[in-house]
Amino acid sequence: MPKTLGGVDSTDGGPLISLRGISKRFGSVQANDAVDLDIRRGEIHALLGENGAGKSTLMKILYGFYHADQGEILVDGKPEAIRSPLDARRLRIGMVFQTFTLVPALTVAENISLYLPDLPRIPRRRKIAERIREVSARYGLDVDPEALVRDLCIGDQQKVEVLKLLLADARMLIFDEATRVLAPHEIESLFDVFGKLRASGYSIVFITHKMREVLACADRITVMRRGRVAGTLSRGAATEKDLVALMFEAAAPIDVSLPECQQDEAAAPLLELHRVTSKAHAGQTGVKDIDLTLRPGEIVGVAGVSGNGQRELADVILGLLPCQAGRKVLFGEDATRWSAGRIRRSGVGFIPEEPLAMGAVPWMTLLQNAALGNLGKYSRRGGLTMDWAAARADVEHSYAALGFGEPAVYAQARTLSGGNLQRAVLARELGRQPRLVVASYPTRGLDVVSATSARRLLIAIRNEGAGVLLVSEDLDELYGLSDRLIVLFDGRIVRTAAPNGICREEIGHLMTGSCDA
Amino acid sequence: MTWTLIRGVASGCILFGVPLLYATLGEVIGQRAGMVNLGLEGILLVGASVGFAVTAETGNPFLGVAMAMLAGGVFNLLYAYLVVTRRANQLASGLALMFLGIGLSALIGKAYIGKRIVGLARYQIPGLAQLPWVTKTMFSYDVLVYLSVPVAVVVWWALFRTRWGLSLRTVGESPTAAYAAGRRVDLLRYQAQFLNGCLAGLAGAHLSLALAMAWTEGMTGGRGFIAVALVIFSRWHPLRAIVGAVLFGGAVTLQLQLQAQGTRISPFLLNMIPYVLTLGVLVLWAGSRRSAAPGGLGRVYYGED
Amino acid sequence: MRSALAGAAGGARRVWALAAARYAIILVIALAAYAAVLLVAGKDPIKAYVDIVNITLGTSNGLSEVIVRMIPLLLTAIAVALPSRLGLINVGGEGQLYMGAWLATWGAITFTSLPAGVFIPLLVVLGFVGGGSWAAIAGLLRAKGWVNETISTLLMNYIAPLIVGYFVYGTWRSADSSAYPQSAAFPAAARLPRFGDTRIHLGLLLALVALAAYWFVVYRTEWGLKMRAIGGNPEAARRLGIRVGLTMVVVLFVAGGVAGLAGMAEVSALYGRLRAGFSPGYGFVGFMISWLAGGSPLGMLAMSFLLAVVFSGGSVLQLTQGVPFAAVNVLMAIILFVVLVQPHFWKRRKA
Repeated sequence: MPKTLGGVDSTDGGPLISLRGISKRFGSVQANDAVDLDIRRGEIHALLGENGAGKSTLMKILYGFYHADQGEILVDGKPEAIRSPLDARRLRIGMVFQTFTLVPALTVAENISLYLPDLPRIPRRRKIAERIREVSARYGLDVDPEALVRDLCIGDQQKVEVLKLLLADARMLIFDEATRVLAPHEIESLFDVFGKLRASGYSIVFITHKMREVLACADRITVMRRGRVAGTLSRGAATEKDLVALMFEAAAPIDVSLPECQQDEAAAPLLELHRVTSKAHAGQTGVKDIDLTLRPGEIVGVAGVSGNGQRELADVILGLLPCQAGRKVLFGEDATRWSAGRIRRSGVGFIPEEPLAMGAVPWMTLLQNAALGNLGKYSRRGGLTMDWAAARADVEHSYAALGFGEPAVYAQARTLSGGNLQRAVLARELGRQPRLVVASYPTRGLDVVSATSARRLLIAIRNEGAGVLLVSEDLDELYGLSDRLIVLFDGRIVRTAAPNGICREEIGHLMTGSCDA
Repeated sequence: MTWTLIRGVASGCILFGVPLLYATLGEVIGQRAGMVNLGLEGILLVGASVGFAVTAETGNPFLGVAMAMLAGGVFNLLYAYLVVTRRANQLASGLALMFLGIGLSALIGKAYIGKRIVGLARYQIPGLAQLPWVTKTMFSYDVLVYLSVPVAVVVWWALFRTRWGLSLRTVGESPTAAYAAGRRVDLLRYQAQFLNGCLAGLAGAHLSLALAMAWTEGMTGGRGFIAVALVIFSRWHPLRAIVGAVLFGGAVTLQLQLQAQGTRISPFLLNMIPYVLTLGVLVLWAGSRRSAAPGGLGRVYYGED
Repeated sequence: MRSALAGAAGGARRVWALAAARYAIILVIALAAYAAVLLVAGKDPIKAYVDIVNITLGTSNGLSEVIVRMIPLLLTAIAVALPSRLGLINVGGEGQLYMGAWLATWGAITFTSLPAGVFIPLLVVLGFVGGGSWAAIAGLLRAKGWVNETISTLLMNYIAPLIVGYFVYGTWRSADSSAYPQSAAFPAAARLPRFGDTRIHLGLLLALVALAAYWFVVYRTEWGLKMRAIGGNPEAARRLGIRVGLTMVVVLFVAGGVAGLAGMAEVSALYGRLRAGFSPGYGFVGFMISWLAGGSPLGMLAMSFLLAVVFSGGSVLQLTQGVPFAAVNVLMAIILFVVLVQPHFWKRRKA
């Protein structure tokens, strides 16, 4: 059992961890760009930033999950090579991820035992349980050692993750978006725990995008933006305004030089959601009490941090998630109980968040995937044969109409680049002339050219009278394309406004759940 | 008359249940490590044939039992090689083992068809056999029967009270988690399958050396698959497997006893009981069973490269 | 070497040649290993193989026996291949086969006075429905998310022969039976016709039609495209409006029906009566064939033929050299083993 369980021996005053010049690139994305960061002993250090700012990547490099392209890591002033999480744990660095690495079918004690560095062949279960209780009591992490992890609520599971690290003798704990899955009172408890740990000399790094939390408990705050450190402030010196300014820069608006559509207010809405509530996908938030109307010829942009109900909103509209409460009206008819197929046939298209995982069969060709998107259209003689010639003609026609060039009809979907795959999906969906399109992160991971052309397409179909629900994490994109903006937080719509009626700062506040601006 | 029936069923339960129990215990270890081995039938046959052959040649049933266990363990290493090292499909690999076992045992046992041996001796529990309402044969069993429950307890203890068992179960629930915790996934899986093979070989030996005292081709009659069903029925728990084995053994023996009594219920209906029961239980537990099965059961683990 | 092979797979002919080469290499390795086994068992492998080739392929009687054996193998292979397009694993061919035989027998001994023109189609329907309903139960359990189809079909494999046994030893037991119980004899009109004076029966036609239909449906129709979409990415299939659960049940019904035809054919054409335990494990071998062939129709045809030769060879070896018939399982195991070990040349794209 670890000997220094009483706390962390504080040696000199130098920082515990120093990151110098850390850079990391994933494909075309520079996730971290020459990042310098110091973590001191006995402090709570918050890493604040939007999705994709590089916070998670940075800490995963520290934890040995990724290897930095450049830069070095100093622990206690000495440079260390951290090649794997095992190395990090040996250096007494621990990380609590967003998805827990607990084994649900095992008990709390067993999960913790797995990580004990000197577990005997026949573990002394009572002794381990005693140590668990002792440490839990000291830091306010009360859990029953004999409980099965899968029976615990998420907040308690998180406690187990922390205990696991503490009993494995970590002295620095990194929390990646720890509060996303917690209820407000659980967040309070967690901050209490942080405080107690800090008092015993532990260092805490916690990664978040939520401002209120940062201001509630951090000693120092480092804001990251687009892979770089935007600034480090101590809590006393930081205000919300400063932080938001560091997090979101004002950027040039997207150049979309197409005529604005005159939306006809009197036209019958394409989609109406009345107080719709749904369940959540694993670990996320379901939509709660949503009222939403989408009219022909408008793009409604959905702003929000990933995991606040966007996927559920899209899936409810598409009929993939049932409405637990409320009513859904599509094209004037009550569609609350319609199957996904029926909704699709009524003229709804979707651009999925992950095209390969959610929208295509990887080993099938572009042509086959296109035909799948239009079931029934190409079957002849009662389903006995398929008119592949017609399917191919349609694909080529779509591509030409959308200006995509020549389609590689016989290429397998999984061999297509991100941009080409997105083009294939767009051609398939838009080629059906849908009246309503649910677009989830349509330009994520795309190169600039593909992204721009996708945006133009959305504008174009809007101008032709379709309605688009655009979910995006790119505020510039939302501002540039939307006729109306809604902000989702924790599954609810917290604000609806026109783009020119709400500034970025305010959206930033709403997205991050900070006090009403 | 009913008393004879009950006595007959009780002792039949035990006799027929014991090989089932051993085979199930072995498969529990294997499945707890995340692997479904449908080749149990083959291992049972190999154990039965090897055990019988060795006993017939040497006249020593204990040597026969030992060799059967060894043969079973080594035989199952083939399955382990396919599934762990070559990352092959578990179902197909199990079937390959089943075919191989059926064929090999037929070849091994051919020379011994019709031979009789002195099988495992039976011992009485002192004291119990002297009770007035008990006949001489009731508490008189061979050593493997007496060892069966202790072995089940040992298996339970090893899985749930040792560090090795904890690592093994983690491998079965989530090889990634096991790897993250620094465990050697492949080695643990090989160990699990070796033990699986040994126990199944032991079960086979019991069949040929204690129950039938003879060798016939295919004498296991599907017990290997009943054992796979038993694993599910006992929710992957060694101690519950005892209950299951007795129950299923009882179903097998009930039909024999009823037949001897001249009763009308068709043996076929009775033989269906284990399978129908398992199926019913699976449907009933549909929600919670998912949580009882080891999380990574049946999935190929490609390692962290 | 692998990349060179992959690069060379240009036209269709090259692909077929490669496939044939793959099977040939597997066969050679397996035969060599089996020869070693025979040697250890004290037999003469060269003589054994020569005998097998001479008797099974050399004589017309031998060849017709091979084809007779091939029929149920091909049918049960299709019964596994069809659901595998959806990603479902059907190990229940054995049970579905028995239930097809059972329902067909019921028809044969109940409607004794029908003319052959009506009887034969009736038997086909009954065989199909018997096996199909049996498999559909497993399909329903899977579609509802209650029981994995591998386990349910496996368990039901053991229930079906017991049902057959129950009837054969019970209410269907014929008074004029010989040493072992069997059902009453089928009326002559209920016996599947044969070709000429061989034992090859109508089942061959059924099997070939089923194979062609399998190929056609899976690779040419929209249903097949939907099925393969579910197999390739069930999530995407769901999003595109495909009704995954319903498709699962229907496909398993059809698959079970095909296996049921095998059972019906065996009983009606070869024996004329229902006996307990009439199948030497065709269902499992069908699984193996489908798995080895990767669901490819020509591959299944080739493997069924090959394994039928193996089975016949087993009988031959039993007669000529006293090798127990069960030893063919060793050869089958070796073939499977070689494929499972995945030597480099065997890698092929998942279809």
